[in-house]
Amino acid sequence: MLNALEINNIAVGYHNRSVINDLSVTIPKNKITTIIGPNGCGKSTLIKTVSRILKAEKGTILLDGKAINTLDTREIAKQMAILPQTAESPGGLTVFELVSYGRFPYRKALGSLSKEDYNYINWAIEVTGLADFSDREISDMSGGQRQRVWIAMSLAQGTETLVLDEPTTYLDLAHQLDILLLLKKLNIEEHRTIIMVLHDLNHASRFSDYMIAMKDGNLITKGSPEEVMTHNNLRTLFNIEADIQECPYSGHPIFTSYHLSSQDKNYE
Amino acid sequence: MSKFNSSLTDKEQVKAVKNTAKPVRGTVIISGGIIFLLCAFAVSISLGAADINLSTIWNALFNFDGSVTQHQIIWELRFPRIIGAAIVGAAFSVAGALMQGMTRNPLADSGLLGLNAGAVMMLAISFSFFPGLPYVYVVLLSFFGAALGAGIVYGIGSMSRNGLTPLRLVLAGAAVTALLTALSEGIALYFNVGQDMAFWYAGGVSSTRWSHLAIITPIVIIMLFIAMRISKSITILSLGEEVAVSLGERTVRTKLISAGVIVVLAGLAVSVVGAVSFVGLIVPHLTRKLVGYDYRWIIPVSAVVGAILVVVADLFARTLNAPFEIPIGALISLIGVPFFLYLARKGGKAI
Repeated sequence: MLNALEINNIAVGYHNRSVINDLSVTIPKNKITTIIGPNGCGKSTLIKTVSRILKAEKGTILLDGKAINTLDTREIAKQMAILPQTAESPGGLTVFELVSYGRFPYRKALGSLSKEDYNYINWAIEVTGLADFSDREISDMSGGQRQRVWIAMSLAQGTETLVLDEPTTYLDLAHQLDILLLLKKLNIEEHRTIIMVLHDLNHASRFSDYMIAMKDGNLITKGSPEEVMTHNNLRTLFNIEADIQECPYSGHPIFTSYHLSSQDKNYE
Repeated sequence: MSKFNSSLTDKEQVKAVKNTAKPVRGTVIISGGIIFLLCAFAVSISLGAADINLSTIWNALFNFDGSVTQHQIIWELRFPRIIGAAIVGAAFSVAGALMQGMTRNPLADSGLLGLNAGAVMMLAISFSFFPGLPYVYVVLLSFFGAALGAGIVYGIGSMSRNGLTPLRLVLAGAAVTALLTALSEGIALYFNVGQDMAFWYAGGVSSTRWSHLAIITPIVIIMLFIAMRISKSITILSLGEEVAVSLGERTVRTKLISAGVIVVLAGLAVSVVGAVSFVGLIVPHLTRKLVGYDYRWIIPVSAVVGAILVVVADLFARTLNAPFEIPIGALISLIGVPFFLYLARKGGKAI
């Protein structure tokens, strides 16, 4: 199995507070990998380090076998697109404009878009189901549609790997599923490597090939959803007692309900 | 990914055509703006304490006769003045556009964030300690002052625990402006240069001479050229730091270049016209309404619109209460203050 990313013994922190002390994990190519863990476990910090917003104090991150701190930032942008959690567009941009910025890593000095750029942009708009909205201003769109536009921008980057930090947060149930199905489709039809952070464990299990569980900046466990989504792991990670079942759609483990491990009595 | 390489379908061609609409619109606005600016030049030269008709202006330009007083007024007073006004307007506006794009702060303006006050303080120091300093050095000191003002404001702003919100930064800017203005007034009083300085607090282009223009024009042209070169990167930065990094933008480099251009443009404009606020605030917002959010268009259009604004404001400054002049800074604040309040009410979310 080839690796899209190899993270070796990294330590990351903000100012003088260390979040990750010594983390090593590999992320397979052409698969969907989801990072899960409780609030403050370091999953967003990990994503931010991979996306070079934060700098690792030690350790290396290899993208396709090459250390990212030795690669030109524009070369990285041609291989790996990252959608941060807080992406917010300036008010008056149209869908086409924002998606076209995905071609930025390929730009020439002052040059306008090439035919190849147009092909990628139009494909990204098409595949995200935004073809009828391409001249619409993003500020007039719903949260779910906006998220599609940002994903389209990342797709226009034409990268092998797509990294998303909580792509479904703030979306309603239907729109969450809609985004995840889109990512699944990209993975299956286009063989994109997808790496994401998700809060919803059932979604994480249902759509992932591979899961990484973190707590307090450490790797707790990794593997297939069957290996990670166990009663014991969830207790370790979240201090919950979860009732694990099989997802009728994916066959992966999900839980129907849960209570807190520390709770003696349930008033239910 | 062979399917991307297939030839464009009809549908895609339609889209490609649609997206040429913006360049066409931008070009029309820039050309229209330049024509309007030239008309404003003509009106501005002809009106004033001594009215001059258009044919005399034409003759002064193309058949200059040194013995005609009106020709001399045009060449020595009014012409440098309007060129100065246009340059100052373009400089403040492009500085404002870069600041707003780079920091995603819709309330950014060299006047509101302490750059102008810093430049004025350096002017006060130069008049007090080095009277008769050649204009080139005055301009250099002014750049330094603008950088100092910006540095203090961002320094104070970043001490805040909850980060730099647009409004907080403007508050820091107001405080620093008050301090720097008080300092420069104090210096001016102590060294008895208050008379010279009064002009720079209020703002005006009446004293612009060819010798000044010969120094500032090339600098402004170079700065506008650099601003155009980084305009695409500014657009990407306006999407936010994280997205910009993800797209392979060299954010530190772009920000440093942009900050350099901003300081030079603001410092230079202040050395000509004084501490005029709000031009850099109003013009980029107006420009975004006209050409959208792409800084490849915002920057040139801001330059043209800013030039028009200050040339017209100067015309009113000279003619509303002739033969007395109204400070240009006061006139622009008449539009600027309500506009600022409107933006602030929206919580600084207009970008």
